Amino acid sequence: MTDSATVDRRRFDEEASAAPVVAPERQGVIAWESLPRRMVTVYLPLACFIVVLLFPFYWMAITAIKSNEELYDYKNHNPFWVSSPTLDNVKKLLFETNYPEWLTVTMTVAIVSTLISIFASVLAAYAIQRLKFKGSPYVGLGIYLAYLVPPSILFIPLATMVFQLRLYDSPLALILTYPTFLVPFCTWLLIGYFKSIPYELEECALIDGATRLQILWRITLPLAVPGLISAGIFAFTLSWNEFIYALAFIQSEENKTVPVAILTELVEGDVYHWGSLMTGALLGSIPVALFYSFFVEYYVSSLTGAVKE
Amino acid sequence: VATTARSWQAAATQPSWLVRLFDYKPFLIVICMLPCIGLLVVFLTYPLGLGIWLAFTDARIGTSGEYIGLWNYRFLFGDPIFWLAVGYTLLYTVVATVGKFALGLWLALILNNYIPFKSFVRAIVLVPWIVPTVLSAIAFWWIYDPQFSIISYVLVDLLGWRETYIDFLGTPWNARFSLIAANIWRGIPFVAICLLAGLQTISPSLYEAAMIDGASAWRRFLHITLPMLLPILAVVLTFSVIFTFTDFQLVYAITRGGPVNSTHLMATLAFQRGISGGQLGEGAAIAVAMIPFLVGATVFSYFALANRKWQQGGRDD
Repeated sequence: MTDSATVDRRRFDEEASAAPVVAPERQGVIAWESLPRRMVTVYLPLACFIVVLLFPFYWMAITAIKSNEELYDYKNHNPFWVSSPTLDNVKKLLFETNYPEWLTVTMTVAIVSTLISIFASVLAAYAIQRLKFKGSPYVGLGIYLAYLVPPSILFIPLATMVFQLRLYDSPLALILTYPTFLVPFCTWLLIGYFKSIPYELEECALIDGATRLQILWRITLPLAVPGLISAGIFAFTLSWNEFIYALAFIQSEENKTVPVAILTELVEGDVYHWGSLMTGALLGSIPVALFYSFFVEYYVSSLTGAVKE
Repeated sequence: VATTARSWQAAATQPSWLVRLFDYKPFLIVICMLPCIGLLVVFLTYPLGLGIWLAFTDARIGTSGEYIGLWNYRFLFGDPIFWLAVGYTLLYTVVATVGKFALGLWLALILNNYIPFKSFVRAIVLVPWIVPTVLSAIAFWWIYDPQFSIISYVLVDLLGWRETYIDFLGTPWNARFSLIAANIWRGIPFVAICLLAGLQTISPSLYEAAMIDGASAWRRFLHITLPMLLPILAVVLTFSVIFTFTDFQLVYAITRGGPVNSTHLMATLAFQRGISGGQLGEGAAIAVAMIPFLVGATVFSYFALANRKWQQGGRDD
């Protein structure tokens, strides 16, 4: 555990400290890059990017807490600000709709399918990377290709399967289908992670008479904890954000996941209640955003690590 | 004494048959691969084959359908809405991918500079990618509202650059480009963070050498940054093209294919015909029609760009 932690921390540190280490050299070389120039080439575009990337969330949040008369009156109220914030929309969403139930369903589906995927991926990644059998590179390639099969192609045949298995309108349908895109990704990530664990450690254990499963359980897995966390976070957010299967396989209101329910249940006819829609969007984003903020370093490293592999 | 010691040893080192079975490598490999391969075969490979089969049947929801050959495709090829969807899907993919990569690369180059609070900035930049697409799409829907669009408000009331509010989603071309803009917005973080990881692996000494030789910033970018970035660019491009081409959520959430079917992507059309309309066979035919494009795009972006890896002496795995 300590070994992996230091190895891993070093990896993060390298990534994080790359800029400060490089910076003095570069600043020495690019001596003519004065502050005004840096303002124009770096800070100004960066500020524009951040404003554009975050504005929709600001707009979502500010709309969510506006009262209706303020929301539709740009002449007398500055639309960028709110003068009398109200929590009516939040109250309405939490107590007058099935939002808590949608949240429970989404949570359950995300957690269970993540656990299933991690279990399957750990075993597969261990077999491919450590047990090295004939044809294991091809199996690895096959799993990589499986990740490239988009849900948009699979949802129609999966819908017929879900019908035949009598799982239509049940969260179980989602729990069983989400691993199709979670397992390839997690396996791929974990193969890369297992590669970074020194094989000598396992050899030592093998010489000491440990069985393969003991090695996996006592040595490889504890060393791979950061990789497992990365894979878990990724799988959780991917299943939280999944839309097309949840839209196609679930019909009754109380079994819907948060993204689907907010789009289909809060839009009533032609009149859009923008206040409650934005509140729904905001509250649906907050859990995953919170989750993300706790593990952001793992997230970034697994995203970039998986692409680099 | 010697004999007892030997028998004790034999007993101690002889594990049970179950343990031995689990230590037998071929058996262990099968056991380890079983959950993963089982899940993927049942819920991925089989549906993929089933989808191709369904494309040649007249299946509806509730009936399994009969083989009708190429009839679905004959119908679709004579259907202007299908061709409109194909055309828009291609336009959407090309324009959004170019936009995402141009802006994403720019953002990555900016982030590769020395910036205060770097990891915080990086975390913030990824947020559009984390939040469920449908929910940010709803925000865009509100931003594109014909009456209360904040963009129109800024252009008309604050800056006075225009006379009338823009009807973002009401006319076909406006709607098409509004959707592409939303897709670019959502795609920039992923591209930027992945390319940033690639940029950080480029050794600064290369830039120093080039600067000593008097290379301008543009030539340094063209002859060092871009070639060094190509392998990772190829992977990210493949991903981006595939997931833009098969995009569903943004269009479904914002326009549902309207106005007058002008913004249907192939995926949304397949959903509309297959699930909402109940014509599973026809929907499957549209979905299967995406496969040749996907294979083509993957092969092209992978082989056109990734062979650089061998040229640089890297291992291609």
